Amino acid sequence: MNWEFMAEYLPLYQKAAWLTLRIGAAGVAGAFVVGLICAVIQYEKILILRRIAAVYIELSRNTPLLVQLFFLYYGLPKIGISTDAAACGVAGLTFLGGSYMAEALRSGFEAVSRVQTESALSLGMDKRQTMQYVVLPQAFSTSVPAIMANVIFLLKETSVFSAISIMDLMFTAKDLIGLYYKTTESLFLLVVFYLFILLPVSLLGSLLERRLRYAGFGA
Amino acid sequence: MPDLGLEVLLKGKNLARLFTGLGVALKISLASVLISLPLGILLGVLMTWKHPLIRAVLRIYLELIRIMPQMVLLFLVFFGTTRVFGWDLSGESASVIVFSLWGTAEMSDLVRGALISIPAHQYESSAALGLGKVQTYLYIIVPQTLRRLIPLSINLITRMIKTTSLILMIGVVEVLKVAQQIIEANRMSSPNAAFGIYLVVFFLYFIACWPVSLAAGYLERKWR
Repeated sequence: MNWEFMAEYLPLYQKAAWLTLRIGAAGVAGAFVVGLICAVIQYEKILILRRIAAVYIELSRNTPLLVQLFFLYYGLPKIGISTDAAACGVAGLTFLGGSYMAEALRSGFEAVSRVQTESALSLGMDKRQTMQYVVLPQAFSTSVPAIMANVIFLLKETSVFSAISIMDLMFTAKDLIGLYYKTTESLFLLVVFYLFILLPVSLLGSLLERRLRYAGFGA
Repeated sequence: MPDLGLEVLLKGKNLARLFTGLGVALKISLASVLISLPLGILLGVLMTWKHPLIRAVLRIYLELIRIMPQMVLLFLVFFGTTRVFGWDLSGESASVIVFSLWGTAEMSDLVRGALISIPAHQYESSAALGLGKVQTYLYIIVPQTLRRLIPLSINLITRMIKTTSLILMIGVVEVLKVAQQIIEANRMSSPNAAFGIYLVVFFLYFIACWPVSLAAGYLERKWR
């Protein structure tokens, strides 16, 4: 182990880690919004949109992120839709994560018993109010463990961004291996930085899971 | 309508080459699944045992493998072993090793989850009936566990297939690499090939994974 080498290139890894985190956070946020929209569409059984959401979920769940990214980054510019790499990364993560978030939330929605919505409607709430004040909070707290698992999954998936030349942790490590042949050091730093990002999220997940276990009604 | 570069597919053996590439990815995932299933079942059963040392070791293995992105694992095995042990692994064997390690971890967690979902009185009743440990597992626990386990392990197969797309990054010539080669070779004659070819690769993966997902979903509903 060459510690001086590692100290010298630490700032490079820090920058890459920030980039990974920024794109990851934007992608997770996008995925959550898309997932929420799909889950509500499927829960409310909105006619045509429901079909579209189902097709999207199947397409997104059964293809790898790397292939989605290649299509977004190399394919789309050929028909005149040109985007920069970071935007592609966020879009790809949103496309992939949306379906996973939708599935997580859908199982949460299904766990809310019919009595809840019926009571809310009989109390004079309209459909939107029922959704906002009764169904959504309960569904959300039930799906927190699945959502956190998806967040970790999506953050891990950011490692394929290096393939579309986003300078993330993976890209940095690969670059240093190629330039200086310091394989052990580069890989060691790579593992340390991924642990640095992923361990807190994983711990937060298990903490939230314990805190929210009794949040649902009647649990 | 701009030229989408789909005609490149029909040139020469391009379509057949893409399928061969997909075949490489599928072969690697199949080999990894075949290794992961028995090992995962074994480790999953071991995880439910009360022995503190076994539990701690398996727990660490599981958490370490699951928290690292698969791409990092691939790099560790492909580049790391060369440096540290002087092994000269081919890309294919490195990927089979990584996906087996990862698949075993995932599978063992599924097995563990399915096993602990069986209520304790099932174990106690069979012990009260005088069944031995082997008999308890064979006749009481395993049949109940399988119903839960089979749909989840089929899902693991689709995840394995999707993850094999990463092996492009350690130089294995699979479907994405073939796609790149085709696009490069036809750069002059059809500059827009990237759109059509990558779209086709997208659907190739979809066609490979979708039936498997459907089967898993069907069994999950049927055996609920």
